[in-house]
Amino acid sequence: MSTPLLEVAGLSIGFRRPNGTTVPAVHDVSLQLMPGERLGIVGESGCGKSTLTLALLGYIRGNGTRMQGTVRRQGVDLFALTEAALQQVRGAEIALVPQNAGQALAPHLTVGAQIGDVLARHRDITGQPAQHQIVQLLRDMRFGDPDQIAVRYPHQLSGGQQQRIALAMALAGAPKVLVLDEPTTGLDVTTQAHLLLLLDEITRNTQMTTVVVSHDLGVIARTASRVIVMYAGEIVEDGLVSQVFADPRHPYTRGLIAALPRIDRPELPSAMAGQLGHDYTYQRCTFAPRCAFAQQICDTAPQLGVAEAMHRVRCHRWYEISNEVHMADVGTRIERDDEPTTSTVVLDIKNVAATYQRRRWQSWWRDDGVDVVRDVQIQLMAGQTCALVGESGSGKSTLARMITGLHPPRRGEIRLFDAPLHADVSRRSVAERRHVQLVFQNPDSSLNPRHTIAEILHRPQFVFFGRSRAESLAYSRDMLQNVRMDEAYLTRFPSQLSGGEKQRIAIARAFLAEPAVVVCDEVVSALDVSVQAAVLRLLVDMQQKSQTAYLFISHDLAVVRAVAQYVVVLYAGQVCEYGPAETVFSAPFHPYTALLLAAVLSIDTTPAADTLPQRIDVVDGVVRGCPFVARCPVAIAGVCETTPPPWQIADNGHALRCHHTREVLANSQNLKS
Amino acid sequence: MKIRAFVKQLSFVSWVGIGFLVVHVVMALAAPWIAPYSPTAIDATQAMHPPSLLHWGGTDRYGRDIFSRVIYGGQIALVISLTSAALAVVGGGLIGVYVAYIGGFIDDVIMRLIDALISIPSVLLLLVIVTAFGSGNGVIIAAMVVSYLPGVVRVVRATALEYVPRDFIQAARIRGEKTIHIVRDELWPNILDVVFVQFAMNASWIVLAVSGLSFLGFGVNPPTPDWGLMVNENRAMLLLAPWGILYPMGAVATLVIALNLVSDAIAKALGLDRSRGVPV
Amino acid sequence: MVWYVVQRCIGALMTLFIVAAVIFAATELLPGDVATALLGRDATPKRLAQVRAQLRLDRPVSERYWAWFGGFVQGDWGYSLARPNQAIIPLVGERLLNTMWLAFIAASVGIPIAIMLGVIAGLYRDHVPDVVISVIALVGMSLPEFVIGSLLMLVFGVMWAILPAITIVPPNASFGQLLPSMILPAWTLMIVMVAYILRMVRSSMIDVLQSEYVQMAYLKGMSRQMVIWRYAIPTALLPSINAIALTVAWLIGGVVVVETVFNFPGIGRLMTAAVGDRDLPLVQALGLVGAAFYIGVNLVADIATLWLTPRLRTQYW
Repeated sequence: MSTPLLEVAGLSIGFRRPNGTTVPAVHDVSLQLMPGERLGIVGESGCGKSTLTLALLGYIRGNGTRMQGTVRRQGVDLFALTEAALQQVRGAEIALVPQNAGQALAPHLTVGAQIGDVLARHRDITGQPAQHQIVQLLRDMRFGDPDQIAVRYPHQLSGGQQQRIALAMALAGAPKVLVLDEPTTGLDVTTQAHLLLLLDEITRNTQMTTVVVSHDLGVIARTASRVIVMYAGEIVEDGLVSQVFADPRHPYTRGLIAALPRIDRPELPSAMAGQLGHDYTYQRCTFAPRCAFAQQICDTAPQLGVAEAMHRVRCHRWYEISNEVHMADVGTRIERDDEPTTSTVVLDIKNVAATYQRRRWQSWWRDDGVDVVRDVQIQLMAGQTCALVGESGSGKSTLARMITGLHPPRRGEIRLFDAPLHADVSRRSVAERRHVQLVFQNPDSSLNPRHTIAEILHRPQFVFFGRSRAESLAYSRDMLQNVRMDEAYLTRFPSQLSGGEKQRIAIARAFLAEPAVVVCDEVVSALDVSVQAAVLRLLVDMQQKSQTAYLFISHDLAVVRAVAQYVVVLYAGQVCEYGPAETVFSAPFHPYTALLLAAVLSIDTTPAADTLPQRIDVVDGVVRGCPFVARCPVAIAGVCETTPPPWQIADNGHALRCHHTREVLANSQNLKS
Repeated sequence: MKIRAFVKQLSFVSWVGIGFLVVHVVMALAAPWIAPYSPTAIDATQAMHPPSLLHWGGTDRYGRDIFSRVIYGGQIALVISLTSAALAVVGGGLIGVYVAYIGGFIDDVIMRLIDALISIPSVLLLLVIVTAFGSGNGVIIAAMVVSYLPGVVRVVRATALEYVPRDFIQAARIRGEKTIHIVRDELWPNILDVVFVQFAMNASWIVLAVSGLSFLGFGVNPPTPDWGLMVNENRAMLLLAPWGILYPMGAVATLVIALNLVSDAIAKALGLDRSRGVPV
Repeated sequence: MVWYVVQRCIGALMTLFIVAAVIFAATELLPGDVATALLGRDATPKRLAQVRAQLRLDRPVSERYWAWFGGFVQGDWGYSLARPNQAIIPLVGERLLNTMWLAFIAASVGIPIAIMLGVIAGLYRDHVPDVVISVIALVGMSLPEFVIGSLLMLVFGVMWAILPAITIVPPNASFGQLLPSMILPAWTLMIVMVAYILRMVRSSMIDVLQSEYVQMAYLKGMSRQMVIWRYAIPTALLPSINAIALTVAWLIGGVVVVETVFNFPGIGRLMTAAVGDRDLPLVQALGLVGAAFYIGVNLVADIATLWLTPRLRTQYW
């Protein structure tokens, strides 16, 4: 057996607080990285994975300190090296692709210059040869015009392009180990798929050792052969991806996998109890407070023990659990009841279009807006969830703003209970405002940091029902119970709540208005997987009690599959496919829907790499024909660019908008997911 | 932030600042009991005495007791600076939050005016006002407010603009809240931190400006015991009676240092950056 | 780019126009009118009428404003009231030149020192060099100009007597004659200026050193020198341009006190004299000159920032 490239032994890292105490972020982590290995590190926010990642480069952020342990490379501890020696390792032997490349690239240097710095530093390549090398690296990153890209500044590139620059910069030093910290977080699904494909090609060809760190189990399944699961700064499970994801041993890993929404099944994932705490002392099992299997023995700290070959687990009871309890008992997935109870149209969005213009009082002399939403029609039924799917820039948030009266439609109208809804929220009646509620994507910014939860929950009751503070309290308590929170939260401020709790409060606030429609704008995308499942369940529960109609805006098809009865797919502001969920998730697909489905990552299906079109740098221009033409793998030359495609509506209510017939689309090899 | 947590994290330097400030405030409040002489009592027989047990700070050329005048000068400095800083900060803060929220035409017009006012260096603006309206405490306070309010508007507006696009403001608009509620109950509590820092900062600048104006002879009217005025009056006797200017100069310096340290301490505790202010 | 510069210039002119209106309005709001203010309550009616006619006070407000502002733009700034038959332009021009020399010396020495100290303080955050520099900055910011000026005068002008304590040469003296008298005032201005600029440079240096791209530069193996000089300092100095502009603009107000302390024949001294004489046209003119200087300096800083920031440059190119 060969020697490990990197060996972490008993590593503990803590961060000093202003009051002098030290909070552990990484605790007693040991791992070996073998040459050619593809390691994945997975965990939710706050589990210490980023701190561990940087420690692999001998780096600890800000006020952190290494309390114990070593990170050895060829037997030498990185933390014992001089600064100069460490500089020879970083970027040359171990290179990092940072999380959020947009922030990690210096704004004042061209991307070529920043790559060139690595070449000069680690490979002594300067001048003309360096230019060639930079261009070559960029070409390897699938940039169509590498010479042009090299002289651009980071802000002139899209998120996906910036990430590829970061990758090129890391590869410039010809490292032995490539460490990627959340390499695709924040990217659109299709961009993410492309990037992972690219990464796959590069690292497989060169047999490069990679460490991919992510909160997304799908990304790990796609990029790693071995996975380390972290919880509260510790490794709780370590094994081959095929073993761990198919047959997880640790209760946390089990819960995590059970909480994943699945693209192939229309059912709600099971929720994990509790949330990641902080200030662990490591005197007992860190997961015990959330664990359904915890017993007396769990009051002592478990060791990372060998479960089977190449598989380590930190749990006292893994063996008993795996024999006694079946996977399904960790939490039950719920089959949804999709029978429509009523058929009342609550909200009717009719042919709306929207434009962004300059300030209102300037707009009379310039009208340079481009439609961001065009001819969108959606009907929301009582007690039903209609999902609106699309990537960034598809106009889905603009639609939410129009429904809530923050952005006037340029054309078309929106009707509530068959009465027109005024375009401007300030002109709507109290009842109209009450009936249309919005839950935002980011719970950090949707609650006023200076108001207590009681105040936040009181305000809509005052506005809509004229309740005094005292009167509203009883309703607030009831509602907290409905969203499964303790009434002790009433006196707290949002900063004292976790992300999932804040989102529950936001949902509570919306339902206190007793609305007919709730627009859910990416409500779970900022949440960790284990919390996300609980919030989805809560939304479904609330809906069943109140028969509220949901417009569920999301980019995540698996989440959509879990909650929606009806799906509308939006591309560049236009609807390209709609219908009952089952019809949209089965053939025939619109080429864009097919692309989205192919890009979805899951932990147990083999990725269909060849279904992704190879075009990466596509800019959507304004076209007279189909807006998707530039990215479409089956576009018909001379037709799709110039002629708007016709709607094809089937008897089951499924409709798509394409020049190809339904039969062609159903049989197309390129479009199967 | 809780008061106790704030007090706990204060550094030694911050305590020095708070100490100086407390001493100044106590001396100003207790002036009638501390000061051994009337600040304006003229005694030609006692003129230009160096510091002694009888006159701790010596006397000026009219025989007025320097120490007493410095103590009473603190009253003037504190009253004028704190009053005008409070008015400038509250007024500027409200305008800043309001225009940040409503935006559009009114924002453009008001900000043009604010830009124009900022463009006149404060000393010049103060002098223009004093030329037009004469000196006197009321005019001085009004002049200080006019000179320092625009800067507050700009800073507060910039801070409020970070909050306006936040979802909780959008949520309030969707609820159909009135502008007054959004400005007063949603935005204002969030910019209060900045307002506090602005208050301490502007108070220090105003102490400097008042003393500067008095030094030029256009501030408060003699024989009011003002620090700047004392330096102006006693400057001619720089060599013969240096105590006449050293004591008031020390008083201005310690008060301004104290205010600066306190505003640094507040800003640091709140995680704000207060170094970007220049009293133009 | 050209369009942007033109746009900013138009904006600057608009601001100047409003400034003029504000200054004009301040004197219009006078209780009574300018003539009474100038001559006092016991002036003879005949003299009052004379002055009113001279000041065109018998004309409507808007007409007078246009005449005044129009004249100002066209180079006709009118005549001083307190100094009969003395045109304002040559009076101001001569002293403005002296003040500009003073400001130039203070700025050209002070700005590099301030940047250097600010960068050092930022690099050694919370360590000895930073603490020392920050204390100096705090003191520099907290002492009124007349205190700094008086102390310098006391030490260098009187006790050691190596530099002229006050200026005794006339306003129209040559640069060479004026130079020795300029050292102490310039020094005074510089101390205050350095204090403000270095604090701003320090804090933007600290921001940049904590940025992800500086961390990334370390993580790709760049040496410390490389990170500081190539990655940190250029971006840290960009936001300082506006701060420097503000401080330079502050000079024009700071000179009023400093020139009075040292009796230096610049526009600051002229301003105090004019205020003392209640010479309104002169005060108005000087106020407007100060504002024009401020607006000009900021305009230059805006354009420089635009030119040096890739994100802005490419956007407006």
